[in-house]
Formats: sequence, C-alpha cells, structure tokens
Amino acid sequence: MNIPANFKFSKSDEWFDPATGKIGVTDFAQSQLSDIVFVEIVVGAGDAVEPGKAIASVESVKAAAEIYAPVKGKVVAVNDGLGGAPEVLNSDPYGAGWMIQVEGADASGMMDAAAYAKYCEERAH
Amino acid sequence: MTSIVEKTIFELSSPGRTGVAFPDPDVPRVKLPENLLRSDLPLPELAEVDVVRHYMRLSKFNYSVDGGYYPLGSCTMKYNPKINEDTARLPGFAFTHPLQPIETVQGNLVLMYTLQEWLKEISGFAAMTLQPAAGAHGELTGVLIMRAYHKSRGEAKRIKMLVPDSAHGTNPASSGVAGLEIVQIPSDARGNVDLAALKAACDETVVGLMLTNPNTLGLFDEHVEKVIQIVHECGGLIYGDGANMNALLGILRPGDLGIDVMHFNLHKTFSTPHGGGGPGSGPVGVTEKLAEFLPSPIVGIVEEATDGEPPLFGFIEPKQTIGRVKAFHGHFGMLVRAFTYIAMHGPDGLRQIAEYAVLNANYLLARLRHTYRVPFDRICMHEFVAEGKVEGSDVRALDIAKRLMDYDFHPPTNYFPLIVHEALMIEPTETENKDTLDAFADALIKIADEAKAAPELLHEAPHKTPFGRMDEVKAARELVLCCWLPEEVSKQ
Amino acid sequence: MTYIPISPSEREAMLATIGVKKIEDLFKDVPAKHRFPDLDLPPALTEMEAAAELGELSAGNESVREMVSFLGAGAYNHYIPSVVDHILRRGEFYTAYTPYQPEVSQGTLQAIFEYQSLITALTGMEVANASHYDGATAVAEAVNMAYAQFRGKRTKVVISPAVHPQYRAVLRTYTQGMGLELAGDDPGADLETGPASLRSLIDANTALVVVQYPDFFGRIYDYTTLIETAHSKGALVCVAANPIALGLLKSPGEMGADIVVGEGQPLGIPLSYGGPYLGFFATRKQYIHKMAGRLVGETVDNRGQRAYVLTLTAREQHIKRERATSNICTNQGLMALASAVYLSVVGKTGLRQVAELCYHKAHYAAGQLSKIPGFGLCFADPYFHEFSLCCPRPVAELNAHLLEHGILGGYDLGQDYPALKDHMLIAVTEMNTKDEIDALVDVLSEASHD
Repeated sequence: MNIPANFKFSKSDEWFDPATGKIGVTDFAQSQLSDIVFVEIVVGAGDAVEPGKAIASVESVKAAAEIYAPVKGKVVAVNDGLGGAPEVLNSDPYGAGWMIQVEGADASGMMDAAAYAKYCEERAH
Repeated sequence: MTSIVEKTIFELSSPGRTGVAFPDPDVPRVKLPENLLRSDLPLPELAEVDVVRHYMRLSKFNYSVDGGYYPLGSCTMKYNPKINEDTARLPGFAFTHPLQPIETVQGNLVLMYTLQEWLKEISGFAAMTLQPAAGAHGELTGVLIMRAYHKSRGEAKRIKMLVPDSAHGTNPASSGVAGLEIVQIPSDARGNVDLAALKAACDETVVGLMLTNPNTLGLFDEHVEKVIQIVHECGGLIYGDGANMNALLGILRPGDLGIDVMHFNLHKTFSTPHGGGGPGSGPVGVTEKLAEFLPSPIVGIVEEATDGEPPLFGFIEPKQTIGRVKAFHGHFGMLVRAFTYIAMHGPDGLRQIAEYAVLNANYLLARLRHTYRVPFDRICMHEFVAEGKVEGSDVRALDIAKRLMDYDFHPPTNYFPLIVHEALMIEPTETENKDTLDAFADALIKIADEAKAAPELLHEAPHKTPFGRMDEVKAARELVLCCWLPEEVSKQ
Repeated sequence: MTYIPISPSEREAMLATIGVKKIEDLFKDVPAKHRFPDLDLPPALTEMEAAAELGELSAGNESVREMVSFLGAGAYNHYIPSVVDHILRRGEFYTAYTPYQPEVSQGTLQAIFEYQSLITALTGMEVANASHYDGATAVAEAVNMAYAQFRGKRTKVVISPAVHPQYRAVLRTYTQGMGLELAGDDPGADLETGPASLRSLIDANTALVVVQYPDFFGRIYDYTTLIETAHSKGALVCVAANPIALGLLKSPGEMGADIVVGEGQPLGIPLSYGGPYLGFFATRKQYIHKMAGRLVGETVDNRGQRAYVLTLTAREQHIKRERATSNICTNQGLMALASAVYLSVVGKTGLRQVAELCYHKAHYAAGQLSKIPGFGLCFADPYFHEFSLCCPRPVAELNAHLLEHGILGGYDLGQDYPALKDHMLIAVTEMNTKDEIDALVDVLSEASHD
C-alpha cells in the first residue's frame, strides 16, 4: 500500500497535499474500487468546497463511489484529463490521478500517513 | 478449441436479399415529402432463412429454465407452464387495441378485474393496480402513493424512507428517484431488522419503511409485527417488497400483517417468463386508506349487472390518483399468463407452491450447511444464503459459481445480499424434483473438494461452456456498444 | 400439483433430512394468527378447463382481426412476419434470466447488442440501451437523464402539447417530487403553429425539450431549427419517434437530437391490449453515463473469442442505489428481441416498403374522407400515417355507427384537447386495404347525413 508521507488523509479515503493543494483518492480506495472506467468531476474552478461536499463521481466495473472534499477551500484547477483516461486513477492515484486543486485549505483534523496506514490496515481484514 | 462465434446480423447482411415482401400499394402513390426523407437506412438485408438460423444459433448459447436448473436467489426462476404462452396469444387478447371502446373488450376487462380481485384476496389488500410494468416500477408506484398519502394529510415534511440493509437494491433507488432521503437500518445477529436502530430512526419525518419479508437472507423476520408497529406508531407506512411472495402464497397475507402497500412480481411468483430480462409485471396492492391514490385508471364495474345482463366493466379514476405510471393498461400479455396460472392452482395449489418452495430450500440448506457456512442458519423460507468460501482454499464465490456451469447448472445469485461476504444466494423454487436438488447439492459438495485439491480448476472455470470468462474491463473501457455506426459518426 | 414434481415419499425423505415432521413446521416464524389463511378463490382448473375458460374470455373481445381498424394513437396494427413469434417461442430465449452470467447467456447478449445496433441505425444516434418499459416511460427517463446531466441545476422541461397525452401524464407522475416545471404541457395551447411555438419557452433554465415525430396528430416537422434554438440555450432535445416512420423519414439524429426515444410496438409486437411493449432509447456517446438502463458491450472471453457482456453496470440501481438516475432493473428483453427479429427480416427494403404503404394509404384515406361534406383535415402540415379529421358530429356517435359496420373508428381527440372536440385521429397502416378505406368513407358519409 502506497501512502505518501507528506500527504494528509480523510476517513473516506481522499488525500490532500498541503504543498500543492491537490486532492485525489488514495491507493487503498482505488484498489477497493478495482478497474475504474468513469470519472466525472462535478465542481469547477471558482467553486467553494468543504468537507462532505461531493467533488467527483467514480465508477469501476463493479462499484460506484462519490468522492468528497476532505478540506474546505476554493477550487483553482480541475484535472480535465481524467475524463478521457479514468484508468490513471488506478495506475497513479497520487500523481496524474489528482482531481482538483484548492487554495486556502486547512488540513487540521486530517490523518497523517502513519494514522492512515493504521486505518487501512484495520479495514483490510 | 475452435471458435463458435456467431457473426452479427449486420455482418451476415448481403445487399439485395429480402426476408419479407409486402404487396404493392392498392391506392394511388402520392408524392413523398422530399425535404423530410432520410438519405440512408442502414439496416441489414437478409433472407428469412438467414434470420432464422442466426437466432437459432444464438439461442443455443443460452442457459434457460427449459434447459436446466436455475437456482437463482431472489429471482424465482420456476418453470413457466406452456399453456400460458398459448393463452396469451389467443387472438382476442393478442389483437385488441388498448384504446378500443370498452364494450368491445369486455373479455379483457373481466380478466383484469378478476385478476385484481384474486391478487387482493391472495395478498389481503383492499385495492390493486395492474399498471406497473415491473417490480421496480411497482416500487416507484408504491413510494409515490405513500408520499401522496402523507401530503394529503398536510405532512409534506415526511421525506425519509427507511430501508433495511437486507433489502433489494432497487428499494433505495426507487425512493431516490422519487426524491426521498434514504436511511439504512441494520440487521441484527439473527438476520432480522434491528429493532433498536429502527426505533432510533423513527420520527415525524419518516415516510415509511421498505420491508422485504422474507428478507434477502431468505429469513422470515421474527419480530415482523413489532417492526410494523414501531413504524406505524411514528406515522410511517410499511412498503412490502413482494418479490419474495413465492414463500407466502396461502401461508400469510401481507395485508393481514399490517403492511400498507406491496408490489407483486408476476414474473417471479406467477410464472410469467423472464424473457432474458423482461418484460416483467408489477401490480401494486394497497390498504383501504391508500386506495384513492392508486395510479389511474384501475379496472372496475361502470354499470352494475341488471336482470339477465352482466355488469359492464370499464375504467375508474381513483379520486386522488398519483397519475399514470405507464401508457395504456400495464403488461396485459403478462396478466393473461398470471391469470391462467392462478386459475390452474386454486387456493390449495397456491399454498402448495409456497410449501414446496420452502421445503426445497430447506432441503438444500440441510444438504449443504456442512460444506458451506450459512451465516444466519435457521429454518429458511424459499431461499437461503451461504458463504462461497472453502476452508483451506483461496477460491471465491465467483469461482464456485462459474464452476457450477461445468456441471450444467446455472449459478446461484452471488455477491448479494451485501451483508454476507462472498454470498451465494440459492432459491430452488417448487418446480424442481428431488433428483435435481440432489444432483445440485452433490455438485456443490464436489466443487468444495476441488477447491482444496485443484483450485485452479475453479479459478479458470467454466471450461465446458461455449464461452469462457469475459474481459469486463475491456468492455467498459473500450465501449463497443453497437456493431454499426453511422458513417458521419465514425468519421468524426 | 401439476407443476410440482415431488412425490409423497420423496417429500417425507426430504422432511426427514431437514429434521422436521411436516411441511407446516417450516412456517413457525409466521405469526400464528395469520398463518394459513383460507383463500376465497375458485378451485383449481385442469389445463383443459383453463384453456376453455381463457378461450371464452378471449372470445368476449372483438379484435382487429375481426374488425377493420383505423385506431392508432400510440399503438398500431402492423403485419408481424411469422418468423418473429417462432423465434420468440424458443424456450432458450423466453425462459432465460437477465444475462448476468455471460458465459451461458451469449444468445441474449448478442441479440441485445444487435438490437442496440439496429435502434442506433434507425434513429441515427450513437448508442442505444437495452430498452425501457414503453414509449411513455422512455420519455420520462429522458427527462431524468437530462435533469441528471445538469445535476439538477436546470429545472425546466419544455414539452410540446402534441406529445402523446398519456406520455405527458406519465411524465407528470414521474416528476412530481423533483420540483421540475413542465412548460408547454397544456392541452389548451396553440396546436396549429407546431414546433415554432415552443421556441419562446426555451431558456437558460431549460434542461430538455421534448417533441414527438410524427407528433400525436400524425404531423411531421423537421426539428432542426428547434434543436438549434435549444442548443443555443444549452438545453438538450429529446425526440419521441415512431420507428416505422423512420423507415422513410429523416432520422432525429440527422436533425441533431440528443436523445431519441419511442414506442417500439410497431416493430413486430402485437397490440395485446396495450402491453408488453418496448421503449427504445438512444443518445449520444457523451451522455452515456447519465443514461439509465442496461447496456451490452463487445469484449473477448479468456479463449480469445469475441463475446458480449452487460457493461457500465455501476450506473445502475443495484450498485448506485439511491444515487442512480433510474430505478429500472429490467429491460423489455423479449420485446427487444421481437423488434430485432422484425427489423432483421423486413430489413432495409421491407421497412421502407411498410413506411411507404402507410404513407400512401393514409393519404388516400385523408383525400377521400375530406371530400365528404362536413369533414375536413384539421391541420395543413405534412403527415405520415395518421391525421386529424374534423367531423360534423361527435366522434363517439360516429364511432358507434362505424362499429355497427365492423369498423373500429379513430381516436376521439376531444377527450384530451378541448379545442379538438369532434376531431377524430385516424391511423392507416399497410394492413388497411383500399376497400376497407372506401368502406370507412362510405359509412362516415352515410352517418353524416343521419
């Protein structure tokens, strides 16, 4: 399980990179979903997001999931390339698979890498 | 192995072939509307024999109830009596137009009226609509009725639908498309609705509870009366998912229990064929207080009988109807089949259906519980759920399901219900004999041995079917959804 | 116990294996006071008796086999080639379940794939699903889809009053909890102007514009301009089309439609008093994830053979649950098969022939009928195989008179449109001979001077 040390994580398996403000889904989430075949980002640049607000909808061959904003902030960019290449979420969830970029976000209250690793382990029975 | 792939109907086409000829017009030809004519009609061209052989070859790739045992949980794949197919095709039924004057279709209307009465009697409801086209359509109808009832009482604030986690997946979807919020209610350790959780969720914003009983574990809820009471006490209504009525015919009338609305699945309980995915038929029954909200119209007596004259049957609009859910009068052809089936069973025959469906399920459960773990193991109704796992092997429910095909059985429903990991949901139905049930149990027991001795046999199964496992990722990512594309589109 | 193949001794053996004495013991969880109710139903019939009883009920109807029919209004009496029902009666097709196990369901899957392809070809669209319940619910699903496409942000649907009244009724039922405005859904609206009258209703809040082709009155319009107007406001357009008309007429796809739906009954499905029919549904690829219903896609199996599977299933209710666009979990499988066999066997030439026969015969009928004093065509626009006839007497009276002569008259438009009191909607198909049309003219002519 790949968990970048400097990222922050939510209970619903989204990651937030405090350095860039980017948001996406974790390696754990993509492996649970299996082969992702559709991504739709439902917010645009300029939108305000906050925890609990859906930012994207994802479908795999066997599951469907809503992706939520893990932090409060203002969207400055969305990854338009994902729609045409949803498989990137499986192959590179922390890199090319980023979904949106926000500014003014505060990651306090999110899990750090160690806590998230433990959280994943608990669920992988 | 040589490939048995069948060409598509477009690949079989050859310009200039015709299947059916039509006569020349016996009226003068008139000018066609030049600016509205289509430039091209890219349909295939085949002779009748080409078409017949094509579909005959395709038919041989299908597993079917006529061909073998289909123990598919929650689907009630019982034998479909052949007489049903004949009666539905009687010319008086098959060639009547839905908008004919009622005086010319009294046969149809008597049949529909009688079927409404029979279904009311079987289920214990006061009123019935035959309009919904399928079970899910019946659910939507029922949910709209429940909401309309609350609205009529000035309780528009009721927006929450309670759905147990053991419910069919359509339940939350039906409430969702009706604009309601879903609150999931967990099951307790014995597979019943968790009463404490239910109590906590019940308040003045509740529309009702969607109850599947027997539930998707095949279990009759041991506290069903308490469940109904709790919901009624907060002003909510009970929706009964009638998908599992095969367990209850002549055993229990859901209306007697206090259920307020319920749909039937004529294609499950009353033997109308599944048709490879439809058409279904989903009549909805309701209690007296909900009768005036039924979809419009329902069949009724519009002129009472007089001396020597039978009554005139026609259509009646319920006073506060939710409106139409479908054009015309429902899946009439399916109603004829269900009518035929009920007529041939009578009260005792209907009870025997449920009794033998439950007998067969419990027999299979008894034969299999020592091989496959049954997480909620008690007397079941018409189906049960086992875990598709074998100790000391890495095989999954999917592998077991696929391996069953090599023994010429259709696999049970798998990975549903979600509350059992690696679920294998087995519904034998009453139309199978003991030999078939034994052969099926023997196959499953043998497969458990194979799972330990030669797991790869299961991982790669099926082996003896005309086709092997599919690349579902390729299908979803490359999306080839038709074998023909208009030229202007393919050029883009 | 005709269909229960278990003997008493087998039953006893099974009960012993289960560990109970009698079948009744299996029902102890059922509350005792309600257990084993006495059902007040007639006693069981044998197959022979049931066949006779159903035969009698069927004979209590007068069918379009016995009468001459000019009734359409959404359900049409067309010729069904013999081969269609022969295929439908294959137990391998009609007793199969939904093809969730593709290894043993390639027959159904390939047939649906071909059905999708045929509908795509006919409508001029890019993708079709495996079908909906009927034309009316397909229109409602188009509205759901457009609503989802705009994520609920556009809350207006413009629907032509010339869309089938029952389709509009179903739409009202489906959308009653959604907070949608249905503009144009007014039977008192201007019916003369046609699609141009809808243009002013389309605005930036409009999710979808719905028109019918031919419309409920049989009229045919090129909707290209209307569609351009809608697109300029960002709205989608759904055309509910008659599939037989598409054998002759410009496809809605060519006009730029975003969604094409319709009632597939004319494609080889018997009238059967209103059902089961077939709702076809086609759209553009870009909207596929918001489209409801099953979809079959091509793939390969692990032996390298071309094969088919249900695909993009995560859109559907059993996975997406309360977030699904629709709760539909069947398709009209067997009816879709019927239409696929029909389209295959009539083919490119046959469908055009059927459409032309309908067109010529309807125009002959309209010409003859409008010559009768007091009768006239209500609208001047081009029409396909149905037209609105203005009558000098109430339609119900005329129809009663026709019925005495074994003729099933047209639909009484005054039931739905106050302005069209005494207007009869007459449908003519390839099934109507010149003699039948002449008989209709004679009887109406006679009735008009009674």
